[in-house]
Amino acid sequence: MMRPQSRVPAKKYGMQPFSALSLILRGLTGQKSWQPQWRSPEPKKSYDAIIIGGGGHGLGAAFYLASEHGLSNVAVLEKGWIGGGNTGRNTTIIRSNYLFDESAALYNHALEMWSDLSHALNYNVMFSPRGVMMLAHTVHDMQVFKRHVYANRAAGVDNAWLTPEEARAFCPPLNIGDIRYPVLGAALQRRGGTARHDAVAWGYARAADALGVDILENCEVTGILKDTGGHVAGVETTRGTIHAPRIGVAAAGNTSVVMKLAGVDLPLESYPLQALVSEPIKPCFPCVVMSNTIHAYISQSDKGELVIGAGTDAYTSYTQRGGLHITSHALEAICELFPMFRRLKMLRSWGGIVDVTPDRSPIIGKTPVPGLYVNCGWGTGGFKATPGSAHVFAWTIARDEPHPINAPFTLERFRDGNLIDEAAAAAVAH
Amino acid sequence: MLLINCPYCGERPEPEFVYGGQAHIARPAQPAEVDTQHWADYLYRRDNVRGVHAERWRHAHGCGRFFNALRDTTTDQFLGTYKVGETPPAPSKERA
Repeated sequence: MMRPQSRVPAKKYGMQPFSALSLILRGLTGQKSWQPQWRSPEPKKSYDAIIIGGGGHGLGAAFYLASEHGLSNVAVLEKGWIGGGNTGRNTTIIRSNYLFDESAALYNHALEMWSDLSHALNYNVMFSPRGVMMLAHTVHDMQVFKRHVYANRAAGVDNAWLTPEEARAFCPPLNIGDIRYPVLGAALQRRGGTARHDAVAWGYARAADALGVDILENCEVTGILKDTGGHVAGVETTRGTIHAPRIGVAAAGNTSVVMKLAGVDLPLESYPLQALVSEPIKPCFPCVVMSNTIHAYISQSDKGELVIGAGTDAYTSYTQRGGLHITSHALEAICELFPMFRRLKMLRSWGGIVDVTPDRSPIIGKTPVPGLYVNCGWGTGGFKATPGSAHVFAWTIARDEPHPINAPFTLERFRDGNLIDEAAAAAVAH
Repeated sequence: MLLINCPYCGERPEPEFVYGGQAHIARPAQPAEVDTQHWADYLYRRDNVRGVHAERWRHAHGCGRFFNALRDTTTDQFLGTYKVGETPPAPSKERA
């Protein structure tokens, strides 16, 4: 079981603590006394560790390095702005009902941390375990999902099989019968749900900053330095040379590009993955619904927008956009499953670049270069793992050995044949 | 949606095609003689370039043939397509 997470004592580190009282008091004084949530420092000449990538996984790793491993002389290097990559582009779904024990341990580690994360960070990440329901439309779906349900229950992971009527009872807008691929059943993880993705990045950034971590935005890594022994020594960036004996890379879709700077090739391909939000409407959608077969997933944000996820585009790309036919396809599926949304307008659509591994499981661990660590390959589903991934990545960097949870997720598994094949559980069709 | 110039059929919309991943990956001629790292590299390692990418496409809902293309993965613009067995053309900014 998860022990309580260590918390950041906000006042001790000079953070303005958030509380109902502080919101009310500042509301009465025109909201004028808020401080910036994190500093914007100049890069130092050297750090004890550098994290490349200022998304949830990287910021979280920096936070846990400082809060659990006593390494606070740490910098997070972000080429754009905090949370501007996949952390701010995903559809915020959180679940842990993956098939294999290795994955269940990793994603369940994250799920347990989610439940306590707002308190640990003194920042409301709006974790909402409203239930994630995955629809089965074919006999094959039913067999696969039931296998997942049984495997999950044996591994102590919450997952339940629902009949079509039970699925509709859980999500009343669902059309189970009058469609081309009727709903034949569903797998429901009640502990799954959503969180506010921006708040995850901001909360980790604020908490890490309070512990002394330097967050360097607009700082793109252009080279990785090694000493004569081949150990990493630092990075060249658009803001100058920075030395560090330990470097963790959490660069999502750009991981291949960053790791090539150190001469490390990875089994990754980067694809665009698109999402959309509708105009905001009143609360009407109680859970998260995913359909792998006809391909769409949907939830309603606390602002009222429907958050809709589409599939990946067919081809590798770094453009952060994709084809309109991909999003159209997702909307057609949504309109079939939820006829009441047919007249809704979409407000925005966007793409993120996701790094996909051959077995659809991440790589978290050491690399052939001493002192260089990588956390990548989350593909289409990295957000749900953010706290757990960051936690075990920090452990790996601090101790130069993997945490038991991420020990199976090595780069070498592709050579040694120990794949963790979660293609069926990844939910997004690749 | 991409507009793809099949070397056999001409320009057609993307849904007629299936993507085939990185081009010019040669299967080891004697699989039994290469070590596991070499084999893993053949199966799984990909260049995943940010820039000009040589890749395979198949005109699945057309002539059914495989061909190769050069595409800039930072813009998705095609720099040329060519038949299997041909050497890649010099990249030009005009669409082939």
